[in-house]
Amino acid sequence: MKVGVVVFPGTNCEADVVEALRGLGGDAELLWHGDAQLPADVAAVILPGGFAHGDYLRTGAIARFSPIMSAVAELAAAGRPVLGICNGFQILCEAGLLPGALQKNDGLKFLCTTTEIVVESSTTSATLAVQEGEVVRLPINHFEGNYTCSEAVLEELIAHDQIVFRYVDNPNGSTADIAGVCNRRRNVVGLMPHPERASHELLGSVDGQGILASVLAAAVIGPAQPATSRG
Amino acid sequence: MAGVQFSTLVEVRLRPGIADPQGVTIERSLPTLGVTEVSAVTVGKAIRFQISADDEPAARRLVEDLCRRFLTNPVIEDAVITMEPEEQR
Repeated sequence: MKVGVVVFPGTNCEADVVEALRGLGGDAELLWHGDAQLPADVAAVILPGGFAHGDYLRTGAIARFSPIMSAVAELAAAGRPVLGICNGFQILCEAGLLPGALQKNDGLKFLCTTTEIVVESSTTSATLAVQEGEVVRLPINHFEGNYTCSEAVLEELIAHDQIVFRYVDNPNGSTADIAGVCNRRRNVVGLMPHPERASHELLGSVDGQGILASVLAAAVIGPAQPATSRG
Repeated sequence: MAGVQFSTLVEVRLRPGIADPQGVTIERSLPTLGVTEVSAVTVGKAIRFQISADDEPAARRLVEDLCRRFLTNPVIEDAVITMEPEEQR
């Protein structure tokens, strides 16, 4: 069982994610965006941060058409864990695998800092090993991290407990302080902060380990229950 | 080869109610230039291309589909499409 870490042209956080997963005892493999199929032993996929396809047109707008994205969508539809970090979150939103969109930061500042994030749910594929209500310190590094959605979508996110992470001190103007969301089935999760950059003592924090360890655990546990079986 | 070439302009705009930090920043900077007459600044994208189709409705359908699926993110953006037929060569 492996976690596939997808590399698009312009992705730049893939080595960090693989290193962090291996540090947790997981098995990880880089996957090229041009491949139309996932290796048979890949049970979870992470879309790491960076600037896929140069962020041309919009962040994630071109990456969602990369051949591997059909395979990622199939994995998601099978209930397997899919995690998008930063640019990966933007790609999952563009691909329609997560609701909403990520807009330019309020104030037009590129943000490179450490933020405090509240874990709002421990029943997603990326938070199984994290306590609900726990506050983690994770780095952010983005220009388009301002989570935006319609009122109707926000109501649905709240009704179905799909807001997974919230900023303690909203740095970018995100609707409802949202730092990360999940799909109804809770197997697809996206967040702007970088757990892999807080995954080793040498990096100054290990607060991101729980999120990556959750994906490893969820990959072993198997497919998530379909959304209809939850309230 | 389809009949007519159309020069097409797609203006991508943020939907009403979506925050436009670029527009706000430009507007806020105007007084430092001594300009106080300008308001309601918004920033979008202009995408120009040629498209060939049998007629304008067919061309427009294609461009609308392209806007919905690729050129805009309907969560935050919409598009204004302007088309003009080119002289046939």
